Amino acid sequence: MPAKQNQEAGITHDGLFYPEARLHEMHDMMLFIRRFEEKAGQLYGLKKIGGFCHLCNGQEAVCVGLHQASEPSDYMMTSYRDHGHILARGTDATAVMAELLGKAGGVVKGKGGSMHMFDIEKNFAGGNGIVGEQVPIGLGFGFSSWYKDDGRVTICIMGDGGINQGAVYESFNMAALWKLPIVFVVENNQYAMGTSLERASAETQLFKRGISFKIPGMKIDGMDVLEFEKKMREAIEHARSGKGPMLVEAMTYRYRGHSMSDPATYRTRAEVDEWRSGRDPIARLQAQMIEAGLATEEHFKQVDKDIKKEVAAIGKAAEAQPEPDASELWTDIYSDPIENAYPYPGKVN
Amino acid sequence: MSKITYREALNQAMVEEMRRDDRVFLMGEEVAEYNGAYKVSQGMLEKFGPKRVIDTPITELGFAGLGVGAAMAGLRPVIEFMTWNFAILALDQIVNAAAKMKYMSGGQYSCPMVFRGAGGSAARVGAQHSQSLENWLANVPGLKVVMPSNPADAKGLLKAAIRDNDTVVFIENEINYGDVGEVPDDEYIIPLGVADVKRVGSDVTIVAHSRMTGFALAAAKILAEQGIEAEVIDPRTIRPLDENTILASVAKTHCAVVVEEGWRFAGIGAEISARIMERGFDDLDSPVIRVTGKDVPMPYAANLEALAVPSVTDIVEAARVACGRA
Repeated sequence: MPAKQNQEAGITHDGLFYPEARLHEMHDMMLFIRRFEEKAGQLYGLKKIGGFCHLCNGQEAVCVGLHQASEPSDYMMTSYRDHGHILARGTDATAVMAELLGKAGGVVKGKGGSMHMFDIEKNFAGGNGIVGEQVPIGLGFGFSSWYKDDGRVTICIMGDGGINQGAVYESFNMAALWKLPIVFVVENNQYAMGTSLERASAETQLFKRGISFKIPGMKIDGMDVLEFEKKMREAIEHARSGKGPMLVEAMTYRYRGHSMSDPATYRTRAEVDEWRSGRDPIARLQAQMIEAGLATEEHFKQVDKDIKKEVAAIGKAAEAQPEPDASELWTDIYSDPIENAYPYPGKVN
Repeated sequence: MSKITYREALNQAMVEEMRRDDRVFLMGEEVAEYNGAYKVSQGMLEKFGPKRVIDTPITELGFAGLGVGAAMAGLRPVIEFMTWNFAILALDQIVNAAAKMKYMSGGQYSCPMVFRGAGGSAARVGAQHSQSLENWLANVPGLKVVMPSNPADAKGLLKAAIRDNDTVVFIENEINYGDVGEVPDDEYIIPLGVADVKRVGSDVTIVAHSRMTGFALAAAKILAEQGIEAEVIDPRTIRPLDENTILASVAKTHCAVVVEEGWRFAGIGAEISARIMERGFDDLDSPVIRVTGKDVPMPYAANLEALAVPSVTDIVEAARVACGRA
């Protein structure tokens, strides 16, 4: 180990050194996402958030690991389970909460809601509501990097449900054929809505799904943020170096139902508890940091308190925002404002 | 002016726009080495190389989505569907992604791109390869739908479509590819959303797009011999629709016939006649008449196929009824 790293406090995982400050950053963001999602669930229960709302509790290490392993200039897109990813990417949390509440200050002006989070400044291209739809779109982002030779990598995220869509294989084929710089990430949380992986997939080792396209696959523990981050770096490096796409299967678990209306009767309480108490990514990192002498239990308790307070304040601030102006109904459809007003809104002849 | 074919006009439009803007690329099945299934992209691979003229596997949904992502990332894709029949496989990306991306992202991302290819009823290819789907696509806010009826329009409209900042559905006509017409030698653009009066007349308005424009002009010739002067209007762009040009004509002729190759139910004719009713009701002396394709899958047998699409005679008869000279 290099001398410098010996002098600095941190954790070395699989040969990669994580300095103390970064560990805290990763921990705090995972916990922030957890508490943010809990708040969203609460606001949904109060009927302040409407429609579909898919929470990512339990999958925080994947969100944070992907962001930490990639460059801010890299492109990222995912499905509708998108809150954690856009928060990890660094988008203003109040704007994300305001979007959930359908407010004017929402990240997409209240026009998208839970499933359609976008932040072009952070190169976050959705928030796509049709299962698997983001995969050909990710292919296009990867294509643009190949066309422009801009050195960017596209991180295209899907679930274990999404990977069964035909569009995914059309995309795998072209990505491999043209050696596009894309890392396809499957968040395997074991259930596509209520259908378990075993009931939906002939090949349950999803990282092998790229084999017939000559796309190498990696299966990574998505409940261990350091392990996931480290391996993701390798996958991203593979894509960035011009070797073509990579398929990553992130083993993870969602603690909540598919969406807010899902009581998750298709799995046992014992199974959920096993993941929650035995493999929780936040508890795991906390334990690692305590063992390394980088933090105490009291510290984490205080951080949690502070984050809960912060999230409560974010909820309040977002709730206090006005709804979008009625004129927003007709904007952002076409570039030409005259066409946006077509035919004659609110008027009869 | 030069006399060139409809397909050559489309080719010139793409070549000129690709020379002008290196963000523009052409992608689709057989567009490069084969020079296009209908030879629209003839010679383009040689001119621009394999990075900008790209053959795809047979994978419509995949490469349509590739275009959407590439457009979001700042390129200007021209995505060719060999025919629009195959684009049905890609509708999720056209309707649920491209058309809505600007709105869903609160104006952050847009999809400035062209989906183009052959549409309309073709010749003797049966039900799956011969149909008009423009009404499906024109129904979707966020899409623009363009359908040129002659070489000059094809060139000017495609250039405008490639430069447009929104997603343009550009439906060419399979049977018109070989049509020859006069095309200006100097560079020109035809703005989207502007109809063209193809023939001036005072007795009856005939609105027709794509291949039906030619049918309407042929009908107008016959009508003129019978002492009826028809005004033929080609909307050229289905959405946005230039209703003012149509209404101005109806104000003059007081009657109208709307012609389309597509099915009657909820077709383009239904939209245009509703608009005339909404805003030109007082100008009308008689109900608007629709001449449409029959509501049947396209048959193969030559006689049945001919019965399924509008004929020049159908248009003549409808025009005579509309203006009270039946």
